[in-house]
Order: sequence, then structure tokens, then C-alpha cells
Amino acid sequence: MFTIHLSIVVFLPFAAGLIAAFLPARVGRWLVVAATLGVLGYAIAMIADFDGDSGGLQYVTDDAWISELGIRYQLGVDGLNLFLIALTALLWAAATLWAALRTEDRPRLFMFNMAFAETAVLGAFCAQDLALFVVFFDLMLVPFYFLIGGWGEGDRVRATTRFTIYTLVGSLLMLAGAIALGVLAGPGGDLSFSLAVLAERPLEAGTQQWIFLLFAAAFLVKAPLFPLHGWVVDTYRATPIPVLVVLSAALSKVGVYGFLRIVLPILPDASQHFQDLMIILAVVSILYGSVLAFSQDEARLVVAYSSIAQLGFIVLGIFSLSELGSQGALMQMVNHGLVVGALFFIIAVLTARAGSTSLARMGGMALRAPVLAALFLVVALATLAMPGSPNFVAEILILFGTFEDKLVYGLVASAGVALAAVYMIRLFQRSMHNRTEPSAEPRELGGLDLAVIAPLTVVIVALGVYPQVMLDRTDEATTSKVEAAATAADGSPSAAEAPQAGPPGGGAPPGVQVQP
Amino acid sequence: MIPLAEIQPPVIDYGGLAPLFATIGGSLVVFLVGLLGGRFVQRTLVPLLAAAALLAAIGLTVANWDPGDTKPIIEGALAIDTLALFLSMLFFVAGLATIALSLRAPVVRETGSGEHLGLLLGSISGMVILAGAENLVTLFVGIELLSIPLYVLCASELGRASSLEAGLKYLVVGSVGSATLLYGLALVYGATGSTDFAGIAKGIGTTVGVGDPLLLTGVALCATGLAFKASVAPFHQWTPDVYQGAPTPITSFMAVATKAAAFAIILRLFDHALADVQAEWAPALAALAVLTILIGNAGAIAQSSLKRMLAWSGVAQAGYLLAGVVVGTRLGLQATAFYLAVYLLMNVAAFAVVIARERVSEHGDDIRSLQDLGRASPLLAWPMTIAMLALAGFPATAGFIGKFYLIDAAVAGEYAWLGIMIVVGSMISLVYYLRVIAVMWMGQFAIELPTFPPRRVKPVSGWSPEADARAQPEVVAVAVLAAAATVVLGIVPSPLFDLARDVGSSLSALV
Repeated sequence: MFTIHLSIVVFLPFAAGLIAAFLPARVGRWLVVAATLGVLGYAIAMIADFDGDSGGLQYVTDDAWISELGIRYQLGVDGLNLFLIALTALLWAAATLWAALRTEDRPRLFMFNMAFAETAVLGAFCAQDLALFVVFFDLMLVPFYFLIGGWGEGDRVRATTRFTIYTLVGSLLMLAGAIALGVLAGPGGDLSFSLAVLAERPLEAGTQQWIFLLFAAAFLVKAPLFPLHGWVVDTYRATPIPVLVVLSAALSKVGVYGFLRIVLPILPDASQHFQDLMIILAVVSILYGSVLAFSQDEARLVVAYSSIAQLGFIVLGIFSLSELGSQGALMQMVNHGLVVGALFFIIAVLTARAGSTSLARMGGMALRAPVLAALFLVVALATLAMPGSPNFVAEILILFGTFEDKLVYGLVASAGVALAAVYMIRLFQRSMHNRTEPSAEPRELGGLDLAVIAPLTVVIVALGVYPQVMLDRTDEATTSKVEAAATAADGSPSAAEAPQAGPPGGGAPPGVQVQP
Repeated sequence: MIPLAEIQPPVIDYGGLAPLFATIGGSLVVFLVGLLGGRFVQRTLVPLLAAAALLAAIGLTVANWDPGDTKPIIEGALAIDTLALFLSMLFFVAGLATIALSLRAPVVRETGSGEHLGLLLGSISGMVILAGAENLVTLFVGIELLSIPLYVLCASELGRASSLEAGLKYLVVGSVGSATLLYGLALVYGATGSTDFAGIAKGIGTTVGVGDPLLLTGVALCATGLAFKASVAPFHQWTPDVYQGAPTPITSFMAVATKAAAFAIILRLFDHALADVQAEWAPALAALAVLTILIGNAGAIAQSSLKRMLAWSGVAQAGYLLAGVVVGTRLGLQATAFYLAVYLLMNVAAFAVVIARERVSEHGDDIRSLQDLGRASPLLAWPMTIAMLALAGFPATAGFIGKFYLIDAAVAGEYAWLGIMIVVGSMISLVYYLRVIAVMWMGQFAIELPTFPPRRVKPVSGWSPEADARAQPEVVAVAVLAAAATVVLGIVPSPLFDLARDVGSSLSALV
């Protein structure tokens, strides 16, 4: 066995990007690609090496960073973030490869920002200290701000400003919430932001609730979920494809990941208290996203709105506060990342062929480009959760988790599965079948494009065939994260306070919870 | 009658006074040497002498550094403690940056180096006195010695009407502020019967009740007078006009050093002399802080002039700083000191870039002067980018940690809602900070702002990175150094935390 240093995983892309900035562009861009492939290699080694039976953190790095503020440089991997790290690594490798072949305008600055963004996202996934998480969470915005504003299309500056302000408003609220959490939980100025420590220092229910709302604002904007999705349309239109792939596939997962990693374990009472609110938001997002996805003409926006619906499913799974639901949610995070990444690459290819992003101007591609059509079909079927796809497994888990306790919401959400079939089949049909538009030139995929898209598709199929590879490793971690919230009683003294109340009543709270 | 033999001369600690001697002496020497004509004297010798005086003062300050309680250096009038020394250090660093920034400034050509830098050192001396004041009278002497040279410096670009206007405005508003302050000081003296801070602190609760109307009126007037100096809303109206009109190196000095000096005395007066009535003044100051944050940030959004934008942003930042004062705790004091240092770095970097561009660009200090700077002159664009990100509070810059510290202090001091106000202010501020970055990096696009006729300034060099860098290496160096320090302290903040902790040991009344 070899040791895995998470700091290397996290900072390798940034270091490569920085060095590449001072090298000639044609060397530098491949250096960055090599670094992302290196991270991917590391991530695969990590999955192979990972000990699925231990619920705890592995590959832990834990050093003091800013001791005056109680901030530690604490990184670690468990079942919760293992596959998200792998997803991030895979998509960044694909996206930088894609970009390395195409970007002509200021390529070094572009690659530097891509690499910087990967470091920030990996950092956010690995962080085990709340303040460190906030640092990486905010830091992600800087490269994306530059990438969208500098290399975007159309009204790019307005789009990037809107995106950054929306998400940073959430992040800053979270910053205030995080500091309040650390200060109020720490007895007598003993400040700590370590997630493990915070989970053992329960706050009273009222305090938990306002801090919950601050965190929820940050995570829901990032996801995005229904009322906070105002940045989506502009951003998805303007963002260059390789950036959009990582933005939609990896960045949006940091928010929902935050719910599982931070909110449920540390604010269990509030999670219970706001469970219905969050589920309603999730269900509305599923329906709203699906219906709008169905009515879009622009291919990117179909995927954009479908993402809102998919993220709704994920939040639904998380706030079902059941083991099945959260495990399904985690799996769906990875699946959605994979399919949405592949979809955007395919749309980029289609757009180049058709000379337009409008679905009405695509069509008839399948005849001349069977490989492209086959790959697209696999991805589309996975997106609409065809049995046999990993999305099917995940959505079933989410719905089962919801049925346990919230049957009505679960039934309404099931309609989303049917709607997904409608909009995905429409997307596939409009672009691949129908009459060939005169302006479109159907061509087969080039070898390099294939090298980017095919691996993503292979991973999707592999996960569909053998989802156990993920479920085995994530089981322990997701169970432990929902435990506190699932057993917390709404309104009554929190489960976490029970030990202080005295040993005799220790067994009572879980027993009470069995009867809904 | 007191027998003559019983009068003790005040104890004077000359070692402690040495930094002050360095700046006052430096000021006089610079004035005299500046009388000699000649290019060498004006361009090289005088700035060198001024810089030497400040470097000597920094060295002497470091030598005096000794954490612990206040030590008198002139008994009953001036004292040093780590708070005074730390802030003096900020004044000296700001002074050094200003010397570098004004080396080639048009204002120096018009007024002469000796007058310009002599006045600057005089103003710094006033700040040092202010930071160490132990007594209401010394406080007032310090504040006048700091202000009067600045009135002159603001108006010293004689060829430009807006500079004269700025000087006059600053004089009128500053005098009103000083008069209000003086009234307040007199009432506080009347209520407590004592002019020195320790006596006032002792008097409250013994000779005068906590809720005494005379005392509270005095405190309110003091707060108003100091709010003028620190440009705290609603007493901030002079700030944008004066900042825009004043010669830019002086603007940069006022933005960082005057603000630090104003906060020095706010901290000393409120967290030391009036610490016992914290419950009375804290809600009022908290309300001022909220108002300042909202007004400052809202005002900055509509500005196309970078100097005005930075002026409004300075107003907003004063609101953040007030949060550290309001809580009246040791943690609050440390956070305020920390943020003042960070604030200096961020603003010096930003102003240095404004100066570099305003000398070259036909748009003057308008935001358009930065257009496409990322391509044309990365050495200026990066410091500006870092300064804006830091001011907005992005992580990996010292601005983030400074805000973190302030919010931490606010929440711990049971002003959690003030911490959230800081965050709300930061959200609004994104609009104008990000706009600056977008202009530099994102090519041609329509800036959504009211348009003004461009101020024609004759370009002194062509539009190319090489020519820019050749034209003003010292300005670029200041920008790069300040920005680099902002990033380094954002990643390795421990040295600054150590200093802040030492500062925290100074005001003994705090918990």
C-alpha cells in the first residue's frame, strides 16, 4: 500500500496551473491536462484502496492553520466524498482535455483558472473543518468568475456578475452562519470549526434554526433549487462548454454535499424542523424544472432546467432523513454529474454541426453519425432513469426513502421521473432524428471528441451494471450522517441534549421515534 | 498655595518619545532642505530624507514594542502601549507608501517637495500624538496637528479647481467636526471633573452617575466629532468630494492613515475612558455602524470615478471597523487593529494602481482608465484585482480573515446581528468591486453607468506595458508589494495575529 496525501490531490492542479502560466502556451496547456489526469489517477487509486467497512475518515491531514481563529487545515475522505472527488477529477480531466484542444484566446490564463477551480472544488469536498470549507467554497467563485466573464459567449459579463453575486450572497450568509456556529457552540472562547468537534457541541434548537437558514441559502443557490435559481439561464447560456461541464456537474454538487456533510450532522434539530419546507422546495423544483425543460428550444437550457429537477431529487433524498434516501441522493449526485457532463459535450458537438444552439435547427444527425447517436442514447436513457442505468437505482432509493415517512411528497415526486422521460426523449428526437436541416452538416465524432465523451459513457454504463461498487463504500458514511437528524425530535429537547439530561432516559428518544 | 518644592516635574521617557522626535525632526529638516532649489534636491534628496525619518521612526517603534499595560512617556499627557505603537507603525508605513506614490506626482512639481513631504510628516506626527493621547487636551492637540497639514495638502494642487475645492470643503467640515468634538470633550470634563482618561474612567460611577445627562451629551458630541474624522455616516458627506479632489497620493494617505488615526482615538476614548458606560453608547454606535455600512455601499455603486468609489467603499469599511469598537471587548479591539492593518494594504494597492493609470490614461481616474488592463499591463491589473477581491472579502486574501475576525468578535460580543450586517454590506459591495475586475479582464463591454465627459489628462507615456512600467516603477512596486502582502497575510496570517494579540493586551479596562 502507498500513502495518499490529500494535500497533493487538492493542490496539484493549482501548482500545475501556476507553473503553466509561465511556460509557453502549447507546453503549459498539456501540463495542466497532465495534472488533472494525475489527480484522476490518484482518485482511482483511492477508490481501490478505500476501506469501505470503516465509517471514519481516511487519509486524514490535520494541521493548525489559523490557531487564533480555531481554524484547522483538516482534510479527509470518507464514503461521503470519495466518489464526488472521483467525479470531480474525471470531469476536470475531460474538460481540460477538451479545452486544451480548442482554447485560443489567452490559453494560459484559461488553463490557470481551470486548474485553480479544480483545486478549490476538491478542497471543498475534502475539507473537514467548517471554516476551511467556507474558504474553498468562496474561493471557487473566483476562477469561475474569470472563466465565464473572460471566455463566455453573448452577454457574458452580465451573466458572470449575476452568477457570482447570487452565489456569493449565499456564501457570505453561510460565512456568518459558520462563524456564529463556531462561536456559539464553543464554550468560553474555545473556538473550533472542526466538523467532528462541532457535531459534539449541540446548539439549542432556536439558534440552530436561524443558522440552518443561512446555510440553506448558500447551498440552495449553489444547487440551484427553485426559488433561488435566477442565475441559471444567463449563466448556462454564456458559459463556455468545458467550464459549463464542470460547473454543472461538480460545482453544483458542493451545495447539496454541504447538506449531508455539515447541516444534517451539526444542525439535526433544525434539519428536522425544516424538513417539510425543504421537501416542498425539492418537489416544486422537480416539477418546475421538468416542465420548463420540456418547453425549451435551446439545447443547453433543456439540460439546465433538467438539472434543477435532478437537484430537486437529490435534496428530496437528503431531507427524507432516511438512510435509503440519502444514499440514493449521494449516488444521484455522482450520476447527475456524469450524465450532465456527457450531455454538454454532446450538445457542444451538435451545436458545432448545426451552427446553432436551437433544437429546431438540429435534426437528422443519427443517420450519418451512428457512434455519436449511440453514445447520446446511452446518456439520454441514463438521464431519464431507465432501469439498468445508475440513475434508476438512485432514484428508486430516493423515492423509497421518501415513501417511508412522506408518502404524499414521494408520489408527487414520482411524476418527475415520468416528465424526465418526456423532455429527454424530446431532446434526443429533435436533434438526432427528424428531417435534416439544410444548414446542419451531420458528421461523425472526431477521435479526440470521442476520447472525451466515451469514457464518461463507459463509467455511466459500468455504474449501472454494478452499482454495488459505490453503494458498498458509501453505506456507512451516509447512515452516520443522517442518524442525528433522523432521531432528533422537532420541538422537544434535542436528542443531542439527552446525555446531559442523565443516563436513565438514554434509551427513550430513539424508541419514541419509531412510531411516526 | 503649593510650595514650589512639592511640584514634581512630569516624568518624561525620551526613549518612548523617540519615534515622535523622528517624525517632527524629519518634518523640520525636510522643510528646510526643501528650500534649496535644484532637481537633485527636489526629486531625490528630500524624499530620501523623509523616507529616512519614517524608517527611523519605524525602527524606534519596534524597539519600544513591549506588550502589556499603558506606560506613560509624558506623564498625564502621552503614553505608549502596543495599541499606540501598532497604529503608529501603520501611519509610518502609509507615509512611506505616500512618499513613493508622490515621487512623480504633479502636485510635487507645483508645490515643491519640501512643503509637500514636510506637511505629510507633520500630519503623521499629529497622528502619533493622537494614538498615544492619555488626556483630552493632548487628544485635541493631536487631532488638530493631524488635520491642519491635511487641509493644506488637499488644496496643494494649485492648478486644479477641484483640488482647491476639496481643501476648502475639508477645512470647513473638519472644523465643524473639531468644534463638535471640543464641545463634547468639555462636557465630559465638566461631568467627570477630569481630563485624563484614567481619571474619567475612575470618575464614572463615583463622582458622576452612569446615566448622567451631561456625561451622555458629552459622549454623543464626541462620537459625532470623531465620526466626521472617520467618515462614519451620516457625517460622511465630505468624503467622496474631498477624496476625488485631493491629489491622489494624499487621498490614499487620508484613506488609510487618517482612518486609522480616527479609530485609534475612538478605541481609546470609548474602550478605555468610557468603557464603563458601554451599555449606554454601544447601541448608538451600532446604529451608526449599520447606517455607515448601508450608505457607504449603496453610494459606491453609482460611482464611475475610482477615487469616489474607493471613498464610498472607505465609508462602508469604517462601518465594519465600528463593529469591533461597539462590542467593547478585547477581541473586538484585536479585530479592529487587525482589520486596520489589512485595510491599509488593500487600499494602498488599489490607490497605487489608480495613480499609475490616472497619469497615463485620458480617462483620468474614471473606471474606463482600467479598460483591458489585464492584457496591457498585468503588473497593474493583478494588484488591483487582488485589492478588489480582498476588499470584497474573498478568501485567500487578508480581507477575508479580517472580516472573519470582525464577525467573530461581533458574535462573541453578543452583536450577532451586526456580524450579519457586515455580511450584507459585503454582498452589496460585490456589485462595484466586481465591476472593476470585469473592466480589467473581460474585454470590451458596456459599463452600465451614467456617463460623464472624460477629464482630459495629457498622457505622459504610450499605451504599452513596458512604457507604463518605465514611467513609474515606484508606483508599480508599491501596488505589487501591497497586493502580495494582502495575499501572503491571507494565507499565513499568524504574524499579524501575534501583533493584534499584543495590541489586545493594551487597554486594561477590557475583558
